[in-house]
Amino acid sequence: MRKTEKICIGCPAGCHLEITVREDGSLQIAGNTCRRGIAYAENEMRDPRRVVTAVVHCSSERLPCIPVRTDQALPVKLIEPLLRRLYSMKVCAPVRAGDILIRDFEGSGINVVFTRDSEP
Amino acid sequence: MKKLYYDIAVIGGGAAGLTAAYGCASEGMKTVVIDREETPGGVLLQCIHNGFGLHYFNAELTGPEYAARVLKQAEDAGASFLLSSTVMKIEDCGEEKILTVYSKADGVTLVHAKAVILAMGCRERCRGNLGIPGDRAAGIFTAGLAQRLLNVEGCLPGRKAVIVGSGDIGLIMARRLTWCGIEVKAVIEIMPYPSGLSRNIAQCLEDFNIPLHLSTGVVNIHGRDRVESVTAAPVENGIPQMDRAWKIECDTVLFSVGLIPENELAKECGVVLNPATNGAWVDGNLMTNVQGIFSCGNVLHVHDLVDFVSEEALRCAACAVQWSRSKEKSPVLQGRTTCGEHLRYVVPNCYVPGGEGHFYMRPKIVASAAELAVRAGEREILRKRLHWVKPAEMIAVTLPAALAADCTPGETLNFELKEVKA
Amino acid sequence: MNGCYDIAIIGAGVTGAATAAALSRYRLKVILLEKEADAGFGVSKANSGIVHGGFHYPLSTLKGRLEILGNLMFEKLHYELGFPYRRCGIIVAAFSEEELAEVRRLYRQGVENRVPRIELCSAERMLELEPKLSPDVAGGLYAPGGGVVEPYRYVFSLLELAKRNGVEFLAEYKLEKASFADGVWTLQAHDGRRVEAKYAVNAAGLHADDVSRIFGAEEFRISARKGEEYLLDRASAAYPSKVVFPVPVKHSKGVLVIPTVDGTTMVGPTAEIVEDKEDHSTTAENMAAVFRQAKRMVPAVSERDLITGFSGSRPVMDGNDFYIAFSKKAENLIQAAGIQSPGLTASPAIAEYICGLLRENGVCLEEKRQFATMLESPVQIRKQSTEEADRLHGEDPAWTNIICRCEKISEAEIVEAIRHGHTTLDGIKFYTRAGMGRCQGGFCSYKILKIIARETGMSLEEATKRGGNTGFISGHLQDYGKGGRT
Repeated sequence: MRKTEKICIGCPAGCHLEITVREDGSLQIAGNTCRRGIAYAENEMRDPRRVVTAVVHCSSERLPCIPVRTDQALPVKLIEPLLRRLYSMKVCAPVRAGDILIRDFEGSGINVVFTRDSEP
Repeated sequence: MKKLYYDIAVIGGGAAGLTAAYGCASEGMKTVVIDREETPGGVLLQCIHNGFGLHYFNAELTGPEYAARVLKQAEDAGASFLLSSTVMKIEDCGEEKILTVYSKADGVTLVHAKAVILAMGCRERCRGNLGIPGDRAAGIFTAGLAQRLLNVEGCLPGRKAVIVGSGDIGLIMARRLTWCGIEVKAVIEIMPYPSGLSRNIAQCLEDFNIPLHLSTGVVNIHGRDRVESVTAAPVENGIPQMDRAWKIECDTVLFSVGLIPENELAKECGVVLNPATNGAWVDGNLMTNVQGIFSCGNVLHVHDLVDFVSEEALRCAACAVQWSRSKEKSPVLQGRTTCGEHLRYVVPNCYVPGGEGHFYMRPKIVASAAELAVRAGEREILRKRLHWVKPAEMIAVTLPAALAADCTPGETLNFELKEVKA
Repeated sequence: MNGCYDIAIIGAGVTGAATAAALSRYRLKVILLEKEADAGFGVSKANSGIVHGGFHYPLSTLKGRLEILGNLMFEKLHYELGFPYRRCGIIVAAFSEEELAEVRRLYRQGVENRVPRIELCSAERMLELEPKLSPDVAGGLYAPGGGVVEPYRYVFSLLELAKRNGVEFLAEYKLEKASFADGVWTLQAHDGRRVEAKYAVNAAGLHADDVSRIFGAEEFRISARKGEEYLLDRASAAYPSKVVFPVPVKHSKGVLVIPTVDGTTMVGPTAEIVEDKEDHSTTAENMAAVFRQAKRMVPAVSERDLITGFSGSRPVMDGNDFYIAFSKKAENLIQAAGIQSPGLTASPAIAEYICGLLRENGVCLEEKRQFATMLESPVQIRKQSTEEADRLHGEDPAWTNIICRCEKISEAEIVEAIRHGHTTLDGIKFYTRAGMGRCQGGFCSYKILKIIARETGMSLEEATKRGGNTGFISGHLQDYGKGGRT
């Protein structure tokens, strides 16, 4: 049996999770106040993921940069390659919030979408 | 000089202002939002990270997405906007308020309104305000300015940074800087506990092994032209322990050491402030001491969640609408709110007997379990158990109308926080 | 450069700029050389901004004489050049019998110096003159002729007048070599630029000793006596109606409470000799001492109102008097060294004194047929009525685009500063006050950077805080993975 503590990042409450890894590899999770805590703990132990937010350069006069996000949490090891790719891009205005910038990044099934319109 | 007439003028087009405008306009009030920037949205537009809106929109949004939603609500409800416009003065002419507004497009505009909602937000406390000693080098930024440079302008403020203060903006910036290739050497916090949310400690510092030094102060900044290093020292009883001080090499220092409500405009027109919050003193209807001037959001008190800002703004709007409509302006006798020693403040400063009450307070203590008791005079009318109480996290309490109905007019409502065994 | 100049002035602080302005009315080719990115960026900018009353020094000293003359000239200069200045009066507050004795001595000196309307005051009179004083005050001195000035704006105005009358100005010109041949000095800068001039004036402030050495002139030493100042919000309840001085101690006039012309309260300066002339740091101990001493005189002073702190150094020479004379070793060189307090007050008189030295030495100071004596003062939108603001908007919409919210500075004012040659953030701050308020540029500095870039064609990375290696921005997102941590 192995015990770890994690802070759930699922919402601002920041529950203190106590995760016990049983002999058979299954997890026992305590300290969560909702289901998000269970999902977070399980991911965190097996395949940690994060929602990535960043900006890309844009040709818009008004906004030199447009913010973007992954539409789901991305495996942590893909974060750096994604940032490298994003920062070397320059997108042409206009773009709209919700438009997909990158589809299925590195076969992860995860898309990168714009979070702001380039024009008002 | 252009003159415009509205029922309600909202100063500030951030989360509070936009939500308040939505609330007013959707009730049929002729509403205008006045904002300094070209685009409404306020600081949310540079907060490109996610984590907003779970409470208010039941969705997990980034700052710009949250801003777009509240903006759309306000626009759809019919609110007007004066953008790239600075309010220079508020005049209280009794039944009417007159705002002097400067803008590049229209020069001077006088906005006449029956009621005004203050939603100007905050400015950041900076190095100079704290009197942090050392050199006057380039490379010293408030966290928000660095955030703006990175997320809107796409410019890097430096290469190696130290962040002073562990407020949420500072923590978020630690991750943002790291994700921009800037090395974050340390986060330095003078208090014995972090000032930001626990989840931000986890996802912004622990994910990247960025050291957080608690009970530690930056006692010197070095660098003739550009910052070269800072000296940090453990702080005991407010005194830096110089024998244990150490230098951290960096070219950038970010300050995330608190927000100050931007109430200068309000003060000039006679609005009285609450020294505990630096926000306006407000009654149970979120109205300031100046009749017809209301306040909500961070300019009233610093919130840690935008969701609470919107909730408060919506209630503020409802009160402003009601006030504008009611013929006889003689108010219901309200009672004061007070708080015990473990709370820094409770907002609002009054409550309306018989109505549902929403109260925000900030604890002074750190406790894994605590109890909040609300008393009307000597009678306890509400008791609530709380987990993980800390100064970084605001406490929100709703007092149901049924309970508030028991209060006799003018009776004081006292909020008391106490630590209990977990 | 442009042929041979008659006079080259080294250093564009108050002394150099005032000298340039005074000389600009004559038929002379004058050039002003400054090592920093803008005028006044050395000793002059971090100054208390006091126009002293003329009672601190005896007339037997040069600085005593020039102080009182300079004081008398300020009213006229303010009228002509329009820099922010107010003759608010000075009081010296005594808190003990011992201090009262010193006040009486200062009073007698003031009377001897013929200081106009100087007055010895009882405690009651002091409190009547300045109700913000601590009730513990035992008595003091009142010199209604003292005042306050914005030192950087004063320097900029002098420079502006000089330029208007044909004086040339070179910034970032760090003198490295000087050689004299055939009656002409050749002055070479660090970057190889050369200027030729018949006469030179050493007004190099803290570096006057180095400059003297470069000229092969007198060997002397300038030490830096650092002073820290702390600026309080314009909402501070401490803002006095007059400059409040303590009773002076050796080497220093002590920590003052200053009502700046623009409505902020300033407390300071400290006085400590530092090894490093470029040390502009502040320390926690000195800050505590400044507040302690200021509160003793004006109890409403509070750290809660602190906006920022800064420091500057006074150029101190052995003997503690000004050294303004022709060099006895180097030809055609005027030394204007050791100009510490009351150098700002004395500066217009110093300039006239230098003109006199040149005249005595046979330089023909013949007035030009036409020269400017008046400057229009820059328009500040925060001081205009709404009607006037609306009218200005008709001329240029940028007048009603507020960039600095704390000090209410418009885009037009910032553009005006840039067009006058102030292209650094600090230069613009000193010219307009943008970024000088309570948020210290947190909201406006990126906006100002963008205006600098637009107006000058510089990139954002090229824009600096105060020239040299004080850049604001260090790279772009595309650099991710190329340097630092990846």
